[in-house]
Amino acid sequence: MRLNINGKDVEVTDVDETTPLLWVLRDHLGLVGTKYGCGVAQCGACTVHINGAPMRSCSVPASAVAGQKVTTIEGLASKDGKLNAVQAAWIEHDVAQCGYCQAGQIMTATALLKSNPKPTDADIDAAMAGNLCRCGTYIRIRKAIHAAAANIAKGANGEMISQN
Amino acid sequence: MSAIESSILSADAYVQDMLRAAEAQSAIGTVSRRTFLKVTGLVGGGLVLAFYVGDKGVALANAKSTDFAPNAFLRISPEGPITLYSKAPEIGQGIKTAFPMIIAEELDADWAQVKVEQAAINPAVYGRQSAGGSRSIPTSWNQLRSAGAVGRAMLVGAAAKLWNVSEAELTTENSTVFHKASNRKATYASLATAAASLPVPDEKTVKLKSRSEYKLLGKRITGVDNRAIVTGQPLFGIDQVLPGMQYAVFVKCPAVGGKVVEANLEEIKKLPGVTQAFVLNGTGKPTEVMPGVAILAKSTWAAFSARQKLQVKWDESAASKDSWTGYVEQAKKLAAQSGPDSIRNTGDVDKVFAESKPVEAFYTYPFIAHAPLEPMNTTAVFKDGAIEIWSPTQTPEAGLKLVSDVLGIAQDKVTLHQTRVGGGFGRRLMNDYMCEAAAIAKQAGVPVKLQWTREDDMHHDFYRVGGFHSFKGGLDKAGKLIAWQDHFITFTQDGQRPTSGGDLSPDEFPAQVLPNARLTQTKLPLKIPTGPWRAPRSCSIAFATQSFLHECSVAAKRDHLEFLLEIMGEPRWLQQGNEFALNTGRAAAVIKLAAEKAGWGKPLPKGRGLGLAFHFSHAGHFAEVADVSVDANRKLTIHRIVVAGDVGPIVNMSGAENQTEGAVVDGFSAALGQQIDFENGRIKQNNFDTYSILRMPNAPKVESYFIESDFTPTGIGEPALPPVAPAIANAIFAATGHRVRSMPFTKEGYSV
Repeated sequence: MRLNINGKDVEVTDVDETTPLLWVLRDHLGLVGTKYGCGVAQCGACTVHINGAPMRSCSVPASAVAGQKVTTIEGLASKDGKLNAVQAAWIEHDVAQCGYCQAGQIMTATALLKSNPKPTDADIDAAMAGNLCRCGTYIRIRKAIHAAAANIAKGANGEMISQN
Repeated sequence: MSAIESSILSADAYVQDMLRAAEAQSAIGTVSRRTFLKVTGLVGGGLVLAFYVGDKGVALANAKSTDFAPNAFLRISPEGPITLYSKAPEIGQGIKTAFPMIIAEELDADWAQVKVEQAAINPAVYGRQSAGGSRSIPTSWNQLRSAGAVGRAMLVGAAAKLWNVSEAELTTENSTVFHKASNRKATYASLATAAASLPVPDEKTVKLKSRSEYKLLGKRITGVDNRAIVTGQPLFGIDQVLPGMQYAVFVKCPAVGGKVVEANLEEIKKLPGVTQAFVLNGTGKPTEVMPGVAILAKSTWAAFSARQKLQVKWDESAASKDSWTGYVEQAKKLAAQSGPDSIRNTGDVDKVFAESKPVEAFYTYPFIAHAPLEPMNTTAVFKDGAIEIWSPTQTPEAGLKLVSDVLGIAQDKVTLHQTRVGGGFGRRLMNDYMCEAAAIAKQAGVPVKLQWTREDDMHHDFYRVGGFHSFKGGLDKAGKLIAWQDHFITFTQDGQRPTSGGDLSPDEFPAQVLPNARLTQTKLPLKIPTGPWRAPRSCSIAFATQSFLHECSVAAKRDHLEFLLEIMGEPRWLQQGNEFALNTGRAAAVIKLAAEKAGWGKPLPKGRGLGLAFHFSHAGHFAEVADVSVDANRKLTIHRIVVAGDVGPIVNMSGAENQTEGAVVDGFSAALGQQIDFENGRIKQNNFDTYSILRMPNAPKVESYFIESDFTPTGIGEPALPPVAPAIANAIFAATGHRVRSMPFTKEGYSV
């Protein structure tokens, strides 16, 4: 099957059609930033963007997204390594503890800020409710999203948010 | 095990034994370069094993001889970079940032220029390399400070020689030596080669900084792996890949102890992508390898899909028949009497209870799962009688030994690489998944990544054990607590000692500070494995004791804060000469601080209340006040949780606050909605749809305050958790008059 991942067309062979996008990314394409946490769309660790919308890649067959634009955590920064505003805010606010869920959190937060550049706490809660953090970094995630929104409003890294 | 070690984690015999075995060689601290090379040269895997320093596979021994590496914790290259090695597993507790900060402080390294690498597993060189019991900081503090200070002293020595001046005239800052009198300076990089030729001084002769001289410690420093995390780099166990690797699942009996009679292996082998399928009889120990069926495939999904078709006939004659509802019934029947085991009996509780009617209550808490977000996994390759392993573990040293036992090969034939760990919480003190991967890799003869599903993780945990406390409290005429009785109903695997995480210390607060106390214990037989869960014992016992203390203060018609401070009494150490013991002065200070910051005593609207709780564990003193509203439908609004803690000086303020916030969320999450139910030995919960982890909309606001007392710094991964549940339960009582005596609170009709 032919997929478009992080702006590049890739041909994947020897894959069963039912294989979730998560495992094609991880096992076949070596993009291991997208994480397996539950396999049933309950934890959000596997969140990627499909045509810009956050989706649980563990529950989407790869064959179903052929020809659509898939963005993973590896595709958020610019080619010269400049982080998007959400990634930068995550470092600035030292969000991560174990860090395992954070790729999914960042993907969801990035999609949120694209559709809602000035989210309230309630907007953030609603958008992020599908992403579990077992370490309990929610308080910092909320702060970091507000910080990223403020930076985008000032023009910092704003262009990166709208990639794909 | 040193006095520090044993005094910090006094309980949990099973894990103690395991860690003690793993740490048997850990008396060696910072070793001189000569010893370092000698010791590591002797280790079986040779220099590459000993000096494996992360993803590039660079062997430190092969590094240029012009590099300055006075010990195993730091290396300075003439080309510039300063590399610091973090020796302990990073499980989310922030140690990979905190450890190098301690070295960098004494080295006077410019933090912005420092590179941090995960150290090789080599206890002979590094000493303790485990993550558990919140012990990393107190057990490594002096070792790491000395490592940095030795480096700094040698760089200063090199500069003094170069400029022909006295060392006393030199100062250091930002990886540079200064001679202010002559306005000269030299970078550490420029001095590296000269320093490398100097003898390594005895660390005891090297002066350590006083706290007032700290420039880095105590600041808010972002995690060293954060850039790699936010860009999705392969840091974790699950991310490891080997050439020619196959993907494995391992299916065990849903009731622990079941053995494989037969399985449809021939059918499984014909499924798409499947390469091998075989039975492993294992060692029969849940901490090693239980009997099961391994399926190997060309991809994770092929292995996951194949297991759906697997049919196994299990022999369950020796398997668990454990039933939670059965245990609850037994415990209720036992509540009125004392237990057969006497844990503590001081004074005369019966006399007190005869003189005035005691306060009585029965508390229950369930089994819960660790459920770290990275499901168990390990990557391994067995070749020519030796095994190489990449595993997310909290106890790499114990893992080395266990794998060598399970495979029947010498320990020097086992090489283990530390990966970042996607959550520990105590689950990965056990290395069962590592042993399984090793056994599968040996049998399969190909590189293997074993991947547990979330359901495997939920069904085969070492659970936080449930328990029951039947309390009586005795008050004198002035309303002072003078007697305490607890019949603790717990579990045993071997009929002798309590199961891991299910023991009660004779010195459990408040028994040790009261004139009359009787602690007894009943142990119910259990087969389901249990283990340490973040703040083992404390995470559950604090809920019962701190809630019941509040009940006693209510019965005495006294203010809870004043009642608790009275119990603490005069400031004193409860174990003379042990600065890791409970200090009633430190306790009173955090209790007062939490109360003050929370506005204790101010009037609140109807349906809203403040709840206070204190708990001492892992050498940390923590008091918390929950501010909670409860509506008519028992819906909770947590306005905020105020945390006051004393763990001595803070190493990384950002890390400390992060741990505190996480502990509150974790403590609330577990108290509110988590329970592992089991019947006929089978766990009923499967995944996050039936096992509830708190989500962002329900995460409470947390305010953290630290009293940075001048004692040795201690760990902060655990001790902020135990007071959370009782603080909230006490606030619910304050708001409504309803006493919550069992977890999870959802079972009592509460929600968020």
